[in-house]
Amino acid sequence: MYAFTYHRPKSVADAVSLLGQFEDPKLLGGGQTLLPTLKQRLARPSDLIDLGQIPELQGIREEAGGLTVGAFTRHAEVAHSDVVKRVIPALASLAEGIGDRQVRNMGTLGGSICNADPSADYPAAVVALKATVRTDRREIAGDDFFTGMFETALEPGEIVTAVHFQKPDKAAYAKFRNPASRYAIVGVFVAVFGSEVRVAVTGAGPSVFRADDMETALSQDFRADALNGASVSAAGLNADIHASADYRAHLVRVMARRAVEACG
Amino acid sequence: MANPNGIGAPVRRREDARFLTGRGTYTDDINRPGQTHAVFVRSPYAHARITGIDATEAMQAPGVVAVLTGADMETDKVGSLPCGWQIHSKDGSPMKEPPHFPIARDRARYVGDAVAVVIAETREQAKDAAELVMVNYEELPAAVTSLKALEGGAPLVHDDVGGNLCFDWHLGDAAAVDAAFSQAAHVAKIDLINQRLIPNAMEPRAALGEYDRATGEHTLTTTSQNPHVIRLLMGAFVLGIPEHKLRVVAPDVGGGFGSKIFHYGEEAVVTWAAKKIGRPVKWTAERSESFLTDAHGRDHVSHAELAMDRDGNFLALRVSTVANMGAYLSTFAPSIPTYLYATLLAGQYKTPAIYAEVKAVFTNTVPVDAYRGAGRPEACYLIERLVEVAAAETGIDKTELRRRNFVPASAMPYQTPVALQYDTGDFAKNLDIALPLVDYDGFAARKAESARRGKLRGIGFATYIEACGIAPSNVAGALGARAGLYESAEVRFHPTGSVTVFTGSHSHGQGHETTFAQLVSERFGVPIENVEIVHGDTSKIPFGMGTYGSRSLAVGGSAIVKAMDKVERKAKKIAAHMLEAAEADIEAKDGRFVVAGTDKALTIGDIALQAYVPHNFPLDELEPGLDEQAFYDPKNFTYPNGCHVCEVEIDPDTGVVQVVSFAAVDDFGRVINPLIVEGQVHGGLVQGIGQALYENCVYDEESGQLITGSYMDYCMPRADDVPSFTVRYHEDQPCTHNPLGVKGCGEAGTIGASAAVMNAVVHALSEYGVTHLDMPATPERVWQAIRRHTPAQAAE
Repeated sequence: MYAFTYHRPKSVADAVSLLGQFEDPKLLGGGQTLLPTLKQRLARPSDLIDLGQIPELQGIREEAGGLTVGAFTRHAEVAHSDVVKRVIPALASLAEGIGDRQVRNMGTLGGSICNADPSADYPAAVVALKATVRTDRREIAGDDFFTGMFETALEPGEIVTAVHFQKPDKAAYAKFRNPASRYAIVGVFVAVFGSEVRVAVTGAGPSVFRADDMETALSQDFRADALNGASVSAAGLNADIHASADYRAHLVRVMARRAVEACG
Repeated sequence: MANPNGIGAPVRRREDARFLTGRGTYTDDINRPGQTHAVFVRSPYAHARITGIDATEAMQAPGVVAVLTGADMETDKVGSLPCGWQIHSKDGSPMKEPPHFPIARDRARYVGDAVAVVIAETREQAKDAAELVMVNYEELPAAVTSLKALEGGAPLVHDDVGGNLCFDWHLGDAAAVDAAFSQAAHVAKIDLINQRLIPNAMEPRAALGEYDRATGEHTLTTTSQNPHVIRLLMGAFVLGIPEHKLRVVAPDVGGGFGSKIFHYGEEAVVTWAAKKIGRPVKWTAERSESFLTDAHGRDHVSHAELAMDRDGNFLALRVSTVANMGAYLSTFAPSIPTYLYATLLAGQYKTPAIYAEVKAVFTNTVPVDAYRGAGRPEACYLIERLVEVAAAETGIDKTELRRRNFVPASAMPYQTPVALQYDTGDFAKNLDIALPLVDYDGFAARKAESARRGKLRGIGFATYIEACGIAPSNVAGALGARAGLYESAEVRFHPTGSVTVFTGSHSHGQGHETTFAQLVSERFGVPIENVEIVHGDTSKIPFGMGTYGSRSLAVGGSAIVKAMDKVERKAKKIAAHMLEAAEADIEAKDGRFVVAGTDKALTIGDIALQAYVPHNFPLDELEPGLDEQAFYDPKNFTYPNGCHVCEVEIDPDTGVVQVVSFAAVDDFGRVINPLIVEGQVHGGLVQGIGQALYENCVYDEESGQLITGSYMDYCMPRADDVPSFTVRYHEDQPCTHNPLGVKGCGEAGTIGASAAVMNAVVHALSEYGVTHLDMPATPERVWQAIRRHTPAQAAE
């Protein structure tokens, strides 16, 4: 780890102000990606701004029928929250399946979505649950937030403060995890809002995407078998030593089926 | 009354309180005044010429004490890391043994090969400065896989080793095998890969070098399974330090699995550098460094054929294996794919003729050496996969085919056609215990139940035998070992009756502090808390060979017994003197020394006190003291054996394999501590399951970069990946040639498990026509195998 200057602002305004003052600052959430990267000397920020002591970024609350989750809410808090379990149980279940216990006790929602790892779980929920990402200066629709592999719509110096998830009629997340890292090789979040069905896929491609064919099929007939004719093309999907693009394409359908079945 | 801490008692491990509460003392926990920290500059290329090293800038960095290179070591006449075993090729020529310097001199031969070392006041300063060392590399094409390295025109890892061939060795009677094959009614064949593994001991390697200018003594504290071996190899061959001026200490060591047997360059570097700079030098590997530089395991590519008569009787076995040695020969590397592999190819079967050929190959990868099981898992996997193929092809039930070919207990001792002589074993009995244990007859019903849930189910067997307690020195010497393979012990009674045992074995997870103390408690009736086991420090213990190959109890324990025999003889003399009886009339039992036929008796405590307060000893006949040393050199290997049975369920939609049950029936001879034995079996099984389903070391075949360089990609088995194990053992077949009748249990689980799991996986997939799958059976591999054999799905 290279030397850096550590800051612990007490408000979002202070954090934003700090971000503007230094040459190459980095925001620190739960540190589950950033700290290993620093330890391996793969990044060299001049300043680390720890968001862990900012009350505005904390907490889970019901809002407008849905849920608002502060950016610094740890995965374990979401997984164990009675409110989340009552309002959007699929979101609690997703959080409970992230990494391992140690990761869940440290990692945060904001850190996860801002890092935009193609194998992260939360992006699927943000897209499928028609979420709104709130920042220090604006609101960004979940559909517009993830722009590519490790890329988001955030501007330099912009800080995510919370995510508002809409409450679906029913929803489920099915994940095929990498046996080594326990990231998603493929994760499919299915959510039903009235006649609208959303199928968001993470892990399979460079960034989370919606499986249009599957959404169409399911909005006409919300049964697992309705997916028999729908598929995702392997072209452009991720491939690595754990899973080829073909296998990922296959898994998208298997996980989509399981998510639909889990919706009951 | 049975001793509650004696032989056979499930005594809880005495060492665990210290380990579980973080009070162990590992090498990295030890800090010395004036200590500096070493960080290695390592090659980022698999193969590169080093054309220049400029350390000017690094030397000026804060806190830097020294930057040293291979050239500095050459100037100081530091030698090559020696290889402890010499193999001769078929044509009688000795194996190719290119030099292996602690720091590369003109060429780097694998990603992670040390190129320079930076020594600084703190570890972070050393890391900072290491980045400033400018190494000019001229990248060369790399030979990465063993098969490609053997191809004509492959890049040469060592210029003077043509074809990258280290040796081309064989064992057995080729003519007898050919003759048997010509008579065969059926021949079963298999091609398989025993993939490369990364050991991943919990504690990374570390080394601390010290030099005392006043006495001229060097001390190396290191993560070793065998400190005396390191002292001998490093002192005599690398650094030229006489043994009386070199102390090697292996304190608490957090797991080895073989990877800490070997003498590594870092040990020599810190020892050498400590004298050079006049301060202690410590190096501790980071986990990513462990991935890159710990000796790896396995990495065989094999073809095998089994000839049978029309009744399924095995007539002959023919095996051809290519073994990857990596870039240099690690300490015991040549012995693993030869005398610890081919000699085990008889397995539990009375196959009359066996012929094995092994080509060992240099590649631009980290050296490969012993890893839990070391050669024997490779042999077991090959035989047991081939036997299942034979059963499937002949239609003979897999348990019946095995039973038909077992060496019968009545044939013991049994001379195999591949050099070993099994002393004891009742293989049919193992199977007889296992079959009802796993309800073999109920498998069809369980399979039908799985099918109702959309799952495939398979059951797989593996019967294994291993050669442990390595080994008689004379046999090992004849086979090319450059070391003896005895073990040492000293049993020292103190005046007040407590005991210190000094053992040449080394515990790095095996529980010696408990098991060895039980031996003393049993023999002399001493409370176990009054027995201390000391190991791992060459300045305290007699010359010992250390722990590997499941040898500690069979060889090290036997040495303790031999030393206790001597203590008992001496105690009888003292008792005879004190009780005014003839020595021949003294009977010893449970720590009491009784004049036969009388009630005159002394306890070992009385005798120990007299031994050190010899006010009226006849000194011309009886020395003071009660402290005896022994060396034990076994007459033969020991032969643990067993039968493992695994059941798996496979989700055909995803290819995920789940181990739903695993039963291990083992014959370890006599069991001293059943709790520790069961723990060893559990750990071994998990490691074997790890190889079968999860672990795979992958290098990029062109660049030689390690792709599985972290736990993000190298998948270790975890607690939630394995079922609750069913473990049984029987003690009906004790080893006949060591005083405890013990055989060893450290590697058995790993040896049997991989084959049992893979046989179950292939059995589950057999309904698709799958006949073989290479390890690890990852979800994608399983899914692809199903898809290949399902035309309808392949078209999707």
